Amino acid sequence: MSEQIVSSTPQGMPVVEMDSHLREVLSHADDNMVLAQRLGEWISYAPDLEIDIALGNIALDHLGVARALYTHAGEVEGEGRSEDDFAMRRTEREFLNLLLVEQPNGDFAQTIVRQFFFDVYQRLVWAELAESDDETLAGVAAKAGKEAAYHYEFSSSWMLRLGDGTEESHTRAQDAVDTLWRFTSELSEPYPEVWRSEVDAVFAETGLNIADDPYQRSGGREGFHTEHLGFLLAEMQWMDRSYPGMEW
Amino acid sequence: MTYDVPVAPGEKAELEERIEGVREGWPMWEVFVRARRGISHVHIGSLHAPDARSALQNARDVYTRRGEGVSVWVVPSSEIHAFEPEAAAEYVEANEKVYRLATTYEIPDEVGQM
Repeated sequence: MSEQIVSSTPQGMPVVEMDSHLREVLSHADDNMVLAQRLGEWISYAPDLEIDIALGNIALDHLGVARALYTHAGEVEGEGRSEDDFAMRRTEREFLNLLLVEQPNGDFAQTIVRQFFFDVYQRLVWAELAESDDETLAGVAAKAGKEAAYHYEFSSSWMLRLGDGTEESHTRAQDAVDTLWRFTSELSEPYPEVWRSEVDAVFAETGLNIADDPYQRSGGREGFHTEHLGFLLAEMQWMDRSYPGMEW
Repeated sequence: MTYDVPVAPGEKAELEERIEGVREGWPMWEVFVRARRGISHVHIGSLHAPDARSALQNARDVYTRRGEGVSVWVVPSSEIHAFEPEAAAEYVEANEKVYRLATTYEIPDEVGQM
């Protein structure tokens, strides 16, 4: 593979200053919040009723993790911010999620490839954080790890089914890999070699290829996002911003 | 690739006929769940899936996400064999053989309440 070209933080743009532990908790909370919102967009549109329910369940798992981590972030920060303050009342630049999870659903193959790349990453994250000195974070990680194991079973089996399925499914899955690969350095960098080798192990069975394109986008963890996050947040936050503090 | 949606054995094909042409879906699977150790698997419903692994995943998502079972079986609906409804008389009716029913025996007084 040729040398990686990484485009990161735009020059001169300030990075939001924050305690590193709070930053870590919020980063994982934001990953789960944004992906939950994306997966929720499938509800009533999925290829089959059973897949509709499966994607909805996975979305709710991610939402549950996000809620627990936002609540915990409020405790770590100690300034009385609630889960809604973090989810509904921060701007795009304050979100620290990976660029991958904010990418549009595309077709079913693109949703599965996005999920698979993220599930490999999440399993590594939760295994690491289950050993954290922060007991609350370790507890969330232990529970989330079990959910991530199932998400991985779902997405990796679909990678195989699509990649090694029909000509049509293979083409769509390969297109999805080519579209999303540029957002994966944010996932592989924290886990050098491990993330990539786990991905390669599944790819070897699917007949799919990893794109040669060396171009990589990053910056999500510093709050520099692709054009898609703003629209997602606008839809997600609209209700709370229009009717502050509303409940139902 | 397309599949014929199988009709559950022993059932009329009316429902499947009605949706024919609208949906070329995945094959149907019957789902059996065992709620606790020591009791039998019980038929809990059916679902569509492209293969057995996916059928088990879908069964988990559709039927067992609230901890309903300790074990799940999925079986292709096309592999289940049943008699035709018209043959019910031959198969499942007791045909006046009342001696097969314990309720027809008189309980001797010495036995008391059963």
